[in-house]
Amino acid sequence: MAVPPPVNPSAKYDPVVRAPARGATPRPPVDLSEKYDFTVVKWFSIAAMVYGLVGFLVGDLLAWQLTFPVLNFDLPYISFGRLRPLHTSAVIFAFGGSVLFATSYYVVQRTCKARLFSSLLTSITFWGWNLVVVLVVVTYPLGLVQGKEYAEPIWIIDLLITVVWVAYLINFVGTLARRKEPHIYVANWFFLAFIITVAVLHIVNNLEVPVNLTDSYPVWAGVQGALIQWWYGHNAVGFFLTAAFLGIIYYFVPKQAERPIYSYRLSIVHFWSLMFLYIWAGPHHLQYTALPDWVGTLGATFSIMLILPSWGGMINGIMTLSGVWHKLRTDPILRFFIISLSFYGMSTFEGPVMSLKSVNALSHYTDWGIGHVHSGGLGWVAMVSFAALYHLVPKLWQTRIHSVAMINLHFWMATIGIVFYITAMWISGVMQGLMARAHDTFGNLTYSFAEIVQATHPYYFIRAVGGLIFLSGAILMAYNLWMTVRHAPRVTA
Amino acid sequence: MKHEVFEKNIPLLFIGVILVTAIGALVEIVPLFYIDSTIEKVEGVRPYTPLELKGRDIYVREGCYNCHSQMIRPFRDEVERYGHYSLAAESMYDHPFQWGSKRTGPDLARVGGKYSNLWHQTHMRSPRTVVPESIMPNYPWLEKNTLNYGDIGVRLAVMQKLGVPYSDVAVAEAKADLEAQANPTADATGLRARYGAKVGQENFGGQPGRITELDALIAYLQMLGRQVDFATYKAQAR
Repeated sequence: MAVPPPVNPSAKYDPVVRAPARGATPRPPVDLSEKYDFTVVKWFSIAAMVYGLVGFLVGDLLAWQLTFPVLNFDLPYISFGRLRPLHTSAVIFAFGGSVLFATSYYVVQRTCKARLFSSLLTSITFWGWNLVVVLVVVTYPLGLVQGKEYAEPIWIIDLLITVVWVAYLINFVGTLARRKEPHIYVANWFFLAFIITVAVLHIVNNLEVPVNLTDSYPVWAGVQGALIQWWYGHNAVGFFLTAAFLGIIYYFVPKQAERPIYSYRLSIVHFWSLMFLYIWAGPHHLQYTALPDWVGTLGATFSIMLILPSWGGMINGIMTLSGVWHKLRTDPILRFFIISLSFYGMSTFEGPVMSLKSVNALSHYTDWGIGHVHSGGLGWVAMVSFAALYHLVPKLWQTRIHSVAMINLHFWMATIGIVFYITAMWISGVMQGLMARAHDTFGNLTYSFAEIVQATHPYYFIRAVGGLIFLSGAILMAYNLWMTVRHAPRVTA
Repeated sequence: MKHEVFEKNIPLLFIGVILVTAIGALVEIVPLFYIDSTIEKVEGVRPYTPLELKGRDIYVREGCYNCHSQMIRPFRDEVERYGHYSLAAESMYDHPFQWGSKRTGPDLARVGGKYSNLWHQTHMRSPRTVVPESIMPNYPWLEKNTLNYGDIGVRLAVMQKLGVPYSDVAVAEAKADLEAQANPTADATGLRARYGAKVGQENFGGQPGRITELDALIAYLQMLGRQVDFATYKAQAR
């Protein structure tokens, strides 16, 4: 039995039809803003675009700093070590988070045929999340961090995040409870699991004792701290950057393709197996460290098993197009979705391979990891986010996209940028791993560390260029969305 | 059982998610608080001195962990390049741990004693004067900033609360110990009594009469990986 995508009379939307000439009468708008709270979706969409640009810009600056260290300008506030956490937090939590707030609030309302549970909680999530972002942007450059990757915010911000997240959880569950449909739609399973799990991860990993208003020391230390950190870190990938974005896939791909989800049964099997298996995979970040061997073995074993549910999601998404493959020729938004799923399939194969001890021995600590993260981050997360935003913005503002040609150009810029990025990192990563372990005929180390750094230089340059192409594509997108919103018929929201 | 049950019942879906995600976490994390290899104490491992702790705070503040690991794996090349592989006990007082995940620069787990204080001073001011291929940023502000250590006692007290074995006297004397370690001519009897005879008492930052952030950072870097004496250490059979 296949679950049909939620049907809505206003869903007739053809992205290929060109924007009407200026001055032409737009289609009579179907106003759903009475029924649903779309204002917060609009605001989070705008926030996502802005934070995306900031995150990509900082990322590319970092890439140039690694190529030409003079670009650190001897300024503490923009030195690499302080700026890199700002990049990761900006793209994951500010950009990715805003995309997820926007899409989950949209999807849960449409699929439940119900308005968001509480406008107060909705406001708390929007203003709270943006306050978190602003505080992060101010504190990181000042060096106020707690020194845990992807969990850098100081304790006060951690508390604020917890408040926002609990509000989000209540608001989401409350909306589900108001649903007019007997079934909870599959996209919402993924969103719900993401909200619950991220709450647990965030709270456990950030237990800390304050020293003063800004500083604190985490409760966990050493090897226990390391495993809890990577249990958090890997499942931030698993639940924040994967499960939740699969939620996007399960609503938006059927909508955009105007086809039902390929297999209902597959979605059940891969949902529960993804939930169960992902949580075990964290220790593969700590192979051959002081962590006991068996934990790393468990991590790698479950990482290999994870290929199945991951590919289950990919297949379910891509095969939704069966019967309408021809739409890929004309619909660049659909193309964004499909390439994001392809990158998802690729990086969820690459990840398990890298988790194997023999491969990890070479790949760990090198640029291969950075390449892997970006084929997932840019190829999967950013691409699916772009597609969702291109789908959402014209709907929310009841208009048509300003330029389909620009979406098409953005598609190619993003793809080419990513290819530059990840191939450069693959080559430099494998090279670093091989150079580090090379011994000469006398049994001595062949290369000093400085020689490895020197050999990496050209690849850092190529990576920075790839990042620049990707960033330029995103700027084009922002312009396209801006023009779309500007030419939208004026309605009081 | 029909999956419909979960699709129509929010609490059931909620509990289902909690249960399936809890299993893996519990099985992997909980044993680490009990098994020998992760909680064993190794001779020589001691809490950081107040000056080293401040240095470690600066290490975290500048985000050094973004490019430097502190975890040597048991491979021939790593042991030759960096020294004996890292033991769990060596980071048992690290709140937070700083093992890192990327080596844009070399591992620092045993950087202590490898270079002179003068080398570190020059290197932090301008890395490329000593390592031409380096892509590390310059950190000129470290030697300019006077170390702010008014709250060092509070910091040790928090660490004590977290289980790091600082004595009450160590907490009370934190400020004096910090000042003594940064001044080669000061009386260090108390410092040595609390942290051991091997504790370095030097003018790490190179500016007499002034304790800068560079003093603290170099004091920290110079002690890294030197606590355990591997001439006498024997790994326990696992």
